[in-house]
Amino acid sequence: MILSVMRAGWMNLRRDRAALILSFIVPMVFFSIFASVFGGSGKERTAKIELAIADDDQSPRSKKLIETLRAESALRLIESPGEKDPKFNGSTVEAYVRSGSASVALVIPKGFGATQLDFASTDGTGQPTLRVIADSSDPIASPMVNGLLQKSVMASMPDMFMKGGVDIVDRFSGGLSAEQRANLDQSFSMFDSSSQVAPGTGSAPAAPGFSGVNVKMDDILGATKKNPLVAFYAAGIGVMFLLFTAANAGGALLEENESGTLDRILTTRLSLTQLLLGKMAYLTTLGVVQLVIMFIWGAVAFGLELLSHLTGFFIMAISTALACSAFGLLLASLSRTRAQLSAITTLCVLTISAIGGSMFPRFLMSETLQKVGLITFNAWALEGFIKVFWRDQGIVTLWPEVSVLLGTTVVFFVAARQLTRRWEIA
Amino acid sequence: MNANPLLISGLVKTFGNSRALDGVDLDLRAGEVLGVLGPNGAGKSTLVRSVMGRVAADAGTISIFGTAAVPGDQLSRLSIGFVPQEIALYPLLTVRENLVVFGRYQGLAGSVLSEAIERSLGWAALEERQADPVGRLSGGMKRRLNIAAGVLHQPRVLLLDEPTVGVDPQSRERIYSMIESLREDGVSLIYTTHYMEEAERLCDRIAVMDHGKVIASGTKDELVRSTIGSGREIRIEVLTDIPITLRDELVGSGATVDELRVTMLSDHPAQDVARLVRRLDDEGIAVVDLSIRTPTLERVFLHLTGRELRE
Repeated sequence: MILSVMRAGWMNLRRDRAALILSFIVPMVFFSIFASVFGGSGKERTAKIELAIADDDQSPRSKKLIETLRAESALRLIESPGEKDPKFNGSTVEAYVRSGSASVALVIPKGFGATQLDFASTDGTGQPTLRVIADSSDPIASPMVNGLLQKSVMASMPDMFMKGGVDIVDRFSGGLSAEQRANLDQSFSMFDSSSQVAPGTGSAPAAPGFSGVNVKMDDILGATKKNPLVAFYAAGIGVMFLLFTAANAGGALLEENESGTLDRILTTRLSLTQLLLGKMAYLTTLGVVQLVIMFIWGAVAFGLELLSHLTGFFIMAISTALACSAFGLLLASLSRTRAQLSAITTLCVLTISAIGGSMFPRFLMSETLQKVGLITFNAWALEGFIKVFWRDQGIVTLWPEVSVLLGTTVVFFVAARQLTRRWEIA
Repeated sequence: MNANPLLISGLVKTFGNSRALDGVDLDLRAGEVLGVLGPNGAGKSTLVRSVMGRVAADAGTISIFGTAAVPGDQLSRLSIGFVPQEIALYPLLTVRENLVVFGRYQGLAGSVLSEAIERSLGWAALEERQADPVGRLSGGMKRRLNIAAGVLHQPRVLLLDEPTVGVDPQSRERIYSMIESLREDGVSLIYTTHYMEEAERLCDRIAVMDHGKVIASGTKDELVRSTIGSGREIRIEVLTDIPITLRDELVGSGATVDELRVTMLSDHPAQDVARLVRRLDDEGIAVVDLSIRTPTLERVFLHLTGRELRE
């Protein structure tokens, strides 16, 4: 008897193609997507960190430091916004990070090359100072750049360390003789010429507890936030749940079709286009309300700065809710039954949420996945929210994200309208 | 406007290899109830859906009050109301809320809508349940509301697609009285059903459909006359089994023997009743009931198609 029950189950499964695909193919697809997003494919490494550099010093030493950093395999150096643009300076590179084009920048200040190390200084005031401008939304980039910077300084400027050490000896040992000084100068020139150490090979590691040059970390975006990460979570989770809500609510169309209500509706003065537009208006208001509640809760419970970003928030909330609504209608029109819609929704929403950055920041994904992520509209929605809440950018800068979201809305709606023609007239 | 409310000519609709409508001709006259009688799968619902513009016919024409109605053109159908076979309502909304929604879809608003809702609630005897969600209503109440939602805009023509399916006899009576009041108000109705009792009771004329065709139409008497003739149906109920020899003899004389019942269509009922009763008496078989009546639509359908209506 038990065997008969088992056999009946297999027979049913064999005849249900959708269930077969869901049982065996979809898990593999999901596994591949999530493995690529969270673990990398094994062939492709995590994206290089883009380090914007402003060399205000323009000294041989600063140039040497830049060359050493350029050879680091984990970094990609950007010295100007575009190929034909002038090179960064201290202020333009800060604007570059603030705009989100790079998550970390290095400013080599004027006088860096002329400053000597002062090992006698206990508070570091006598040391050459580098400024690292960081966008702490990328929690990995700035610590990594800091570490690589210390290593590169040690590797590229042994003469500076030697001179600093000799100055201490000179100061506290009663002075060097002329012969000793001449020998040391010769040695310095040798260090200078042999300082083209292949970076990344681990040469000249920093001594434990020794900080080398001063690095001033400057978190220009997160420093002013009460709770920096909450803006990311609010946007990421908000957009993902908006997608689920829209898709499930769009399923009302399928219920109306199955119950015969659609038949009745379409014999009234209401056309199918009007019906879909009405559904989209409902789903959009539902989505906006959902985001408003979520962000108010974020403000009350987690210190999200909602009141100071209200205009940008509403622009992004409405654009995102529109795109999500049209997406929900499209999924409903693609499905034949509510069960199908549920499966398709889970598959699509989790996939685009993973690729689009709702679950895992896109900047930590491989370069290929970062590019692929841009084909998902939710990645643009997230970027817009981040511009508003993280980068404090003006609403004018939201035009690319808003354009993509509104364009997506139109495309999804037209596609849904075409697919629902099957319900219009038999 | 003197044109017929509805005129259907040569309507053909094919789904795959199945010919759902096979050249249907039908006319609905002002103020009448036209029953469309046929078994499941005869093409009744496809016919109604074609009239409502929900099905695009492959051939043929439909005109509403003299104006050609093409599929998708809802403007030409504004004078028609439609009651689908399914309970096409929102189960979570209340009775009143459903009427508000469908009234607005019909273009009603303000006091006109309010009046239409009050009128419909009274007509369907649902005033006391107007605040209840539809999901909590009995099957009969849902059916009544389903019909009420189709007449909010006071259509001059109403199409009812098997409106009493699954309804208990008491609720069915209530629905019949709703239909009769519509007829009194001058509404022209098409009423599809596979219940011959309904067709006999409610309909002025009946079109019998089978395999996508209207195989006969007219009043019940006309249908009987044109198919069976002027004969009457004799029905005799007996107390004990009829022996095989007698059974063969009765069948040979044109009767039908079905266990304890003998039936016969006869142009001379008085003579045939006397003959049948005498033969049964000769064999010692007691007669417990006897009737002579006009043949039913069931018999008309059997005569036309060679099978029972509910097969």
